[in-house]
Amino acid sequence: MTVHRLEIEAQPGLGDPLAEATRRRLETWLDLRPQALRTRKVYHLDLGLDDAEAERVLAALVDPVAEIGALGMLDDPERDGERPWALSVGFLPGVTDAVGRSVARAAADCVGRALVGRAYSSTLYLFWGLEPEAIERAARDLLHNSLIERMKLEPSPRALDRSVPEAGSSAPVEVRTVALRGQGDAELEAISREGMLALSLAEMRAIQAHFEALGRDPTDAEVECLAQTWSEHCKHKIFASPIRYVDPEGVERVVERGLFRGYVRAATEAVAAQRREAGSDPVDAEFLVSVFHDNAGVVRFTEADHLVYKVETHNSPSALDPYGGAMTGIVGVNRDSFGTGLGADLLTNVWGYCFGDPRWDGELPPGLMHPRRIRDGVHHGVIDGGNQSGIPYSRGFELFDARYAGKPLVYCGTVAAMPVSVPGPGGEGPPRPTHVKPMKVGDKVVMVGGRIGKDGIHGATFSSVELDESSPVQAVQIGDPITQRMMWDFLTEARDRGLYSGMTDNGAGGLSSSVGEMAEATGGARIDLAVAPLKYPGLAPWEILISEAQERMTLAVPPAQLDAFLALAERREVEATVLGEFTDDGRFVVRYGETAVCELGLEFLHEGVPLPTLEARWDPPQPPDIPAGGAEAARERLAALDLNATILALLGRPNLAANDDRARAYDHEVKGLSVVKPLIGLRGDVPATATVMRVRHARDEGVVLAEGIHPWYSDLDTDAMARACVDEGVRRVLCAGARVDRIAALDNFCWPDPIESAKTPDGRHKLAQLVRCCEGLYAACVAYGVPLISGKDSMKNDAFLGGVKISIPPTLLVSVIGQMTAVGRSLTLEPRAVGDRVYLLGDTALELGGSELERMLAGAEPLAQTDVPRTDLDRCWARYRAFVEQRDAGRVRSAHVCGRGGLALALSHMVLAAELGLELELDGLAGPGGLSAAAALLSESTGRIVLTCTEADAPALEQELGAHGLVALGRVTDSGALTASLGARSQVSLTHAQLRARYEEGLHGL
Amino acid sequence: MDSEAVRARLIPELDPRELAQLRVMVPTGYGLNCEAETSAAFELLGAEVERVHVAELLDDPGRLAGVAILAFIGGFSFGDHVASGRVFANRLRFRLGDALARYVADGGLAIGMCNGFQVMVKLGLLPGPLLAADAADRLAPQRASVVGNDRLGYRNAWVRMRCDPESPCVWTRGLDIIESPSRHGEGKLVLADDEIRAQLEAEHRVPVRYVDEQGAVSEAWPANPNGSPGGAAGLCDRSGRVFGLMPHPEAFLYAENHPRWRARADAGDSPGHGLGLRVFANGLRAAVTARRKSP
Repeated sequence: MTVHRLEIEAQPGLGDPLAEATRRRLETWLDLRPQALRTRKVYHLDLGLDDAEAERVLAALVDPVAEIGALGMLDDPERDGERPWALSVGFLPGVTDAVGRSVARAAADCVGRALVGRAYSSTLYLFWGLEPEAIERAARDLLHNSLIERMKLEPSPRALDRSVPEAGSSAPVEVRTVALRGQGDAELEAISREGMLALSLAEMRAIQAHFEALGRDPTDAEVECLAQTWSEHCKHKIFASPIRYVDPEGVERVVERGLFRGYVRAATEAVAAQRREAGSDPVDAEFLVSVFHDNAGVVRFTEADHLVYKVETHNSPSALDPYGGAMTGIVGVNRDSFGTGLGADLLTNVWGYCFGDPRWDGELPPGLMHPRRIRDGVHHGVIDGGNQSGIPYSRGFELFDARYAGKPLVYCGTVAAMPVSVPGPGGEGPPRPTHVKPMKVGDKVVMVGGRIGKDGIHGATFSSVELDESSPVQAVQIGDPITQRMMWDFLTEARDRGLYSGMTDNGAGGLSSSVGEMAEATGGARIDLAVAPLKYPGLAPWEILISEAQERMTLAVPPAQLDAFLALAERREVEATVLGEFTDDGRFVVRYGETAVCELGLEFLHEGVPLPTLEARWDPPQPPDIPAGGAEAARERLAALDLNATILALLGRPNLAANDDRARAYDHEVKGLSVVKPLIGLRGDVPATATVMRVRHARDEGVVLAEGIHPWYSDLDTDAMARACVDEGVRRVLCAGARVDRIAALDNFCWPDPIESAKTPDGRHKLAQLVRCCEGLYAACVAYGVPLISGKDSMKNDAFLGGVKISIPPTLLVSVIGQMTAVGRSLTLEPRAVGDRVYLLGDTALELGGSELERMLAGAEPLAQTDVPRTDLDRCWARYRAFVEQRDAGRVRSAHVCGRGGLALALSHMVLAAELGLELELDGLAGPGGLSAAAALLSESTGRIVLTCTEADAPALEQELGAHGLVALGRVTDSGALTASLGARSQVSLTHAQLRARYEEGLHGL
Repeated sequence: MDSEAVRARLIPELDPRELAQLRVMVPTGYGLNCEAETSAAFELLGAEVERVHVAELLDDPGRLAGVAILAFIGGFSFGDHVASGRVFANRLRFRLGDALARYVADGGLAIGMCNGFQVMVKLGLLPGPLLAADAADRLAPQRASVVGNDRLGYRNAWVRMRCDPESPCVWTRGLDIIESPSRHGEGKLVLADDEIRAQLEAEHRVPVRYVDEQGAVSEAWPANPNGSPGGAAGLCDRSGRVFGLMPHPEAFLYAENHPRWRARADAGDSPGHGLGLRVFANGLRAAVTARRKSP
C-alpha cells in the first residue's frame, strides 16, 4: 500500500509559535541559540489512498489562509547560503497517536468512504546555525523522549521518508504454562522478578500451593491475572496486613485489622455513628451515600444530586514519560468518578505535584530526567487532558524538594455530580438510585471505548516496585481525551436511557481487574479474548487480559438492552464489543476462541493473597522532646532576622511563589459555574484559600474544595503531619463558607517503600511512620466529624538508579470537599474595605519544625530545632464552630488560613490580592517573655485563621470569639503596604509592589 | 437564582410564550464541551434549547428547518488536532455545508464561541459572503483563519471587548463593553488579504475588539490574549445575524462568575446576573423580531 507523506507549515510572514516557544526553551534551559528555527506538521497516511485522493486530503487539512503544505516534502530554504538540519520526532510503534487518529478520520470524511489503515503524526524541526551535536543534545534534553518516540536527524536536502511506525506481529496466539509446581524458593523468586510480577515469595508460594491442590500448573495468563489483582497497587496489602508496632521505648502494640480497617475505614464508621447518634441526617437521607466499595466516594448534596470525589496519583509513569503519564493520570481519574454507580457528570478537576527542584544544576543519576523537564511535561499532560475533556480545574498546587527528584508525585482528582436517580431499564419503569449498580447474572460483559494494545502492560505491578534502569517501556500509557470524551458522551446518553446495569474503569490491571472486580457482583464472569478489539495483531492472550490501554470502560448490559446499547454506540462512533457475560459459578473464566486461557476461583483471586504481619519500629530522627536550649537558641537566631528581607525571600521560594503563569494554562471556567476561582485578587495571581463552584446551572448550591499537605512535618512526626493536613483542609473550606456539617475528606498516601529489605534497611521506621500517620488521621477526622470517603495509597516511591537511592519524604494529601447552600455568601482572603479590623483567631506557638523558614535557613546558619506544629484537635474544632457562627451571622468579611510560611505569608496574600494596606501591631501575639516578632509571623502553628470585620462588628466578634484565641492585629488601610510593629518598633514595612516583585520572580521562566 | 427576574430585567419587552416557541439548537459531540453553559444562557432567559448530537444533524440536515438560533459551542472538536476546528469544519462542510448556508440565507441566526468561532471561520460561515460572486446559499470560501496565539499555548484569563456601535451585528447591539473569560491557544484572527480587511472594516464587520483597562483597542498581551491585529476578537456576516468570537460570554451567566464580583458588589455594582447574558438576550430579541416579520 502506498504511504503518502504530508508536510504543512505556517505561511511565510505568519508566526510559528511552536518554533518560538522551542527557541525560548532552548535558550533558557540549554543555552542553545540557533540562528533560525521552523517547525512543520508531518502526517503519513497509510490509508489506501490514490495520489489524487491524497491531494484532496492535503487540501482539506492545510489552512488556505494561514498555511502551506505539500504532498511529499516542502522545500527547506537556505539562509545565508546554509541549508538546515532536520530533526524529525514521531511516535514509536504502538504508542497512542491521537492526532494520527483524527487525521485518518478527516481523510475518510474528505474522500467520502470508510478507510482501512492508519495515519501517523510527527513533528519536523528545521535548525539553521546549530551543530548536529547541539541538536542531538536539544533532542535528548527537550524535544525527544526515547521511551515513546523515534527520531531522525539529517541534513537538508533530505530523502523522502515514507516509513511508518507500524506495530504488531503475526506471531501465533499461544497460551503458555508456567511450571510452578515443585519449584524451590529461589526459582519462585526468579519467576516473579523476571516476569515483572512483583509477587513476594509468600505470594508465589500461595499460588504454587493453590495449583498443586488443583493438580495442574497455572497458565501465563492466570499468573499475570493474580499478579495484577494481588499487586500493591490494586490490593493495598500494606494497608490490609496486621502490623506489629514498637515505639522507641520498646512498647509494642499490634494493629490487628490493618491500617485501612483499623484507622481509615474506622474513622468513617466512627463519624457515621456520631452522626446517627446526633440525628444529623434524616433517616432516609444519610450524608454518606456510598463509600469505599466503588470507584469513588459519594456523599449527599441536594435533593437532586450527590457529589462524587476521587483523587489518584500517577507517579511512576510520570517519571518515565511526564506528559503521557500525567495525562493518563487526569483522564484516568476522570473515568473513576465517571464510572461510579451508574455514572456521574464530571464537574471539576484538582491537581497537585511534588517535584525535585526545577532550579537544580548539579549532576543527576543516569536515567533520571531533569526536574524542570518532568515539571514541564506533567503540567502539559494534565492541561491537555483536562482542557480537552472540557473539565475545569479548581485546586492546583506545586511543592518542591530534592527527594522528589526520583519519583515525582502527580495527584489528579475529579469531583462529579451524580443525579440521585436515573431512568430504569430501557428508560421505562420507576427511576433507580444512581449510586447502586443493579447487575444480574446473564448481563453481558461489554468493553467500550479504545482498543487494546501493548501499552500499559504491567502498569499495576510496575508501580508496586521502585523505579530502576529496567523499568518497562510498555508500562507507560498515553491518554486520548477525545476518544474518552466521545465515549462518555455516549455513556451518559446510555445511562439516561437505562441501557446498562453496571460499569467500571479499565485502569490498573486492565480487563483482568475490571471484569474480575465486577464479577464479584454476580459471583462470576466468562469472557472470550478472541473477539476483543486490538490496536494491532500479535498480542498474547495474557497481554490482552492485563493491558492498561486507555479510554476503556467495562459495562454490564442486560440482554434486553443490548441491541439498543450497541446501536447507540455505533451512531456515536464509539466501539463497543460483547466479550462475554456475568455468571454465578464463582469463577473468572477466560478463553481465546476454543483455547482455555484462565480459570480462577473468585475467592482465591480476591481473598487468596497471604497477608503476613508486618514489622514497624518508630525510630524518630530527633528525640521526641526538643533538646534543652533548642528553643532558646532558636529564639536568638529568630531575633536576629531582618524580617523585611526574610519575608521577601520566603515569597520567592518555589513552594510559596506565584504559579499563575502555569496555572492559567489550565481552564478553570469551562461549564460557567465558577464562583471563587483558583486564582483570585485584583491581578488574579493569589491562590484562593478554597474554591467555590456551582454544581448545576440555575441553582445556588456550591461545592467548596481545599486540601492540606505537609510532607516536611513527616520528618519530625507523621502523626503531627496528618493532623495538620486534615486541620488545614477543613479550615480552608470553612474560611470560604462551607457548612460545618457537610464536610468530607479523601486520603492519599504516598510513601517510600516501608517494608524492610536489603534495599530498604529502614523499612520498619517508614512503616512506623505510616502507622503514626494513620493514627493522626483517625484522631483528626473523628474530632472534626469528617468522614474519609475515598482514598488511595502509592507505597513504592523510590528510585534506584546508578547505585543511588532517592526516596520521597512520607507524604499525606488530605483533600477536603465541603458544601454551601448559597454561593453568593462565599468569602475569600481578600480584605474588602479600608477601616476594617484585622484579627488572628487561634494560638501561636514556637513551632518552626519542618517550616518553610527552617528550610530556607538550613545551611550556613540553620535554625535550632523547634517543635513541629501540634494540633489540639478539640480546641481547634470548638474554635471553628464558634467562627462559623460568626461567619454565618455576617460578621466575617474575609478569612484566610495561616499555613506554610505562617502568618507572614497569609498577610502577604491579603495585601497582594487587594493591594490595600494592613497596619498591624503584634503586641497581642508577641512581646517580652513570649514570642519574638519573627516567631509570631513565621511559626506554622495550625488552627489559625486571619479574618477581617467591620469596625462596627468588632465588639461582638471579640465577645464571641475571645475565648478561642482571638488576637486583634490592626486595620485595613489604603496604603497598599504591609506594616507590623511590636512595642511601637517597626518590624515589617513592605509595599505590595515589593511583595509582588519577589512573588512573581520565584518560579519565573522555569 | 431567579431566572424569571433575569428575563424580566434583560428582555422585558418579549412575551415569554413567544420566547418559548423559538427553537434554539445546540449541536454537541466530537469533543465539543460548552453545551451546558451555552444551553443555560438561553434557558435562563426563557428559551427552550434543543441539544442535538452533531451526528444526528449530519444524518438529517432537515432538522435545521424552523430553527431560529444555531449555537456553535466551544470545546476541542476532535482534540483540535491538525488545527483548531479543522477536522470538525471539514466534516460539516462535506456533509452539511449547503444546508448551513441556506439556513443563514433564509434568515437564521447563528453564534459561535471559541471553538465554535474557529469552526465557523474555517467553514466560510464567517465572515461569509463578501464578493458579488459569492452565492448566498452556498458556503463562501475560507477567507479568514484563527491561528496560534503569539504567546504559544492555552491561557485562561478575563478580557474586555469594546463593541462597534456601527456594526450590523444584532448580537452586540446596544452593548459597549463585554467582559468574558478568554480560553484558547489559537485565537489570532488573520485574513486572506488587505482588501478583505479593508472591506470588513468599512462594513463594521468586526463587532468586538480587545481593549485595555483604559478602554483603548489593544494588540498587546495580556489585554489582547492572542495578538490579533486591530484587537479583533470576532466577526459577523453581512446581515449581522451570524456572529462569532473567541472569548466566552456564555461563561458569564451569573454575577459570581466575574473574578471581581465580590469587590463590585461591595462597591454597589451588583447587577444580579452575569453580563454575558446580554449577548444572548440580544440574539433572542433579534430572533423574535425576525419571526414576527416572517411568521
